[in-house]
Amino acid sequence: MSTIHAPGPLARLRTDFPILGRRINGKRLVYLDSAATAQKPQAVLDALDDYYKEHNANVHRGVYTLAEEATAAYEEARAKTARFINAPSPREVIFTRSTTEATNLVAHAWGRSTLTAGDIIVLTHMEHHANVVPWHMLAAERGVQLRWIPLTPDGHLDLTDLPRLLEGAKLLGVTAVSNVLGTINDIAPLAEAAHAAGALVLVDAAQAAPHLTIDVTALGADFLAFSGHKMLGPTGIGALWARRELLEAMPPFLGGGEMITDVRLDGFTPTELPWKFEAGTPPIAEAVGLGAAIDYLQGVGMDAVRAHELSLTAYALSSLVERFGDRFRVHGPADPAERSGVVSFEFADVHPHDIAQVLDSEGVCVRAGHHCAKPLMRVLGVAATARASFYVYNDEDDVDALGDALTSVEKMFC
Amino acid sequence: MAGLEDLYREIILDHYRSPRNRGELPVPPARKLEGFNPLCGDEIVLYVDVDDGTPEGAAISDIRIGGQGCSISQASSSMMGAAVRGKTVAEARKLIRAFKALMSIHESRLEGDGDGEDLAAELEGVKLGDLEALQGVVKFPVRIKCATLAWNTLAQGLDEDASEAAS
Repeated sequence: MSTIHAPGPLARLRTDFPILGRRINGKRLVYLDSAATAQKPQAVLDALDDYYKEHNANVHRGVYTLAEEATAAYEEARAKTARFINAPSPREVIFTRSTTEATNLVAHAWGRSTLTAGDIIVLTHMEHHANVVPWHMLAAERGVQLRWIPLTPDGHLDLTDLPRLLEGAKLLGVTAVSNVLGTINDIAPLAEAAHAAGALVLVDAAQAAPHLTIDVTALGADFLAFSGHKMLGPTGIGALWARRELLEAMPPFLGGGEMITDVRLDGFTPTELPWKFEAGTPPIAEAVGLGAAIDYLQGVGMDAVRAHELSLTAYALSSLVERFGDRFRVHGPADPAERSGVVSFEFADVHPHDIAQVLDSEGVCVRAGHHCAKPLMRVLGVAATARASFYVYNDEDDVDALGDALTSVEKMFC
Repeated sequence: MAGLEDLYREIILDHYRSPRNRGELPVPPARKLEGFNPLCGDEIVLYVDVDDGTPEGAAISDIRIGGQGCSISQASSSMMGAAVRGKTVAEARKLIRAFKALMSIHESRLEGDGDGEDLAAELEGVKLGDLEALQGVVKFPVRIKCATLAWNTLAQGLDEDASEAAS
């Protein structure tokens, strides 16, 4: 497979990402939307290229050399993914298309085989739609009841009523990091409380896996879902990790090729883990690309990734508040240590779409909208927010460019 | 590449800063029409008084606008209110059609209701006036939905009126 370029110190990582050499509207590209999707380093692009140029074949089928190479590359990516989250076994890692497909897999295969009318699922007000809508669908179909953990005014989970909310619950679905507030949730004690109440724990790690060290065992999770494209990998690849005994007991999700040991006229026998949950030709190149992204992140070191983002977020919060005073208002925890590099903000009463539009004219990419978290938008009492989010390739110049562009917003609208 | 000045023309910013016809009308007799842009959460509430008894046929005798949204949706709704107030329903429909054509002729072709009519045909005999300032929005495709929210909401309301009258 392709050689993985050894990443340099974080200050120089920007040059590893070819797209960041682009100019937008004549300006240096300042990409501050990594919470939506991350840019890709050359090493990931090379891995995709190399796979298609040198090894492309379908997996788990052919006996010829290419098929064996493709299968080995695909399964090596699974092993890397398992190690990345400290999973006890690669057999517990199911490749999916995305976090969304992973949560839907849990709702379909575990939810529909386990839950009946009146069963309780506990979610939080800060969940992404990916961890809300599958449960609404199950509620409509099965009469499952949803309960919600509310938020404190500073954007943390309000655990005052946790024991009552968890009473009789079958599942706690919770995000490890809010994609809007940036709040880092302390999953381990939540999982302990859920288990004590007899509930399983599904962790949405879409915003956590790219930025923090994930250890599924230490978290005490039962299911954990994340996406490749937010962690420097390609789109179209995600993963569901789950405890082996749960996966063994669950019926398959999608049916088709690859996921069977036998198919007869009167039925079928599913195959073993993890392929039981991977019907059809999987996203092979994308998995290989995810493996390369994991290599890259581990080359940098997840502790270094977190330290970099923490320092950048602290700089952003302090410098922008210093510059704009209370015209720049941040949603979520005030202490950078309690949040990821996601910064949703209100700016001088200008609509987020107008903020994002003017910022784009300065080459600055931020997200404007509800961030697929409409229940949270209602709690915050806003229709939309503007959101800047940082990753390994951002630096203080990017934060300063955001500040300069916000000055242009003020000139236009205030 | 389109510049910001194409989007944020001075007259648009003026309508955004000082929106016309803001407020509510008593319901009934006014109709309350609500529109929603799920992409950005913008919402619009129109209060429309339709007078069926004018010599020219049904006419929009009064309109008030509520809701919240970005500068483009706010300005577009304000400009629409000023443009349709006092117009007959038939004239308003023609204006809506002309405005949507101004926003995106391709859209109507895709939906198959344009029959290849070009912008000139849609606009024939229609005076857009200040509304033409919104033409720059077309260069920013994501924002077209912001500009058309109020117009689609009004169009839907007038169509409901028509179907009620027919039934």
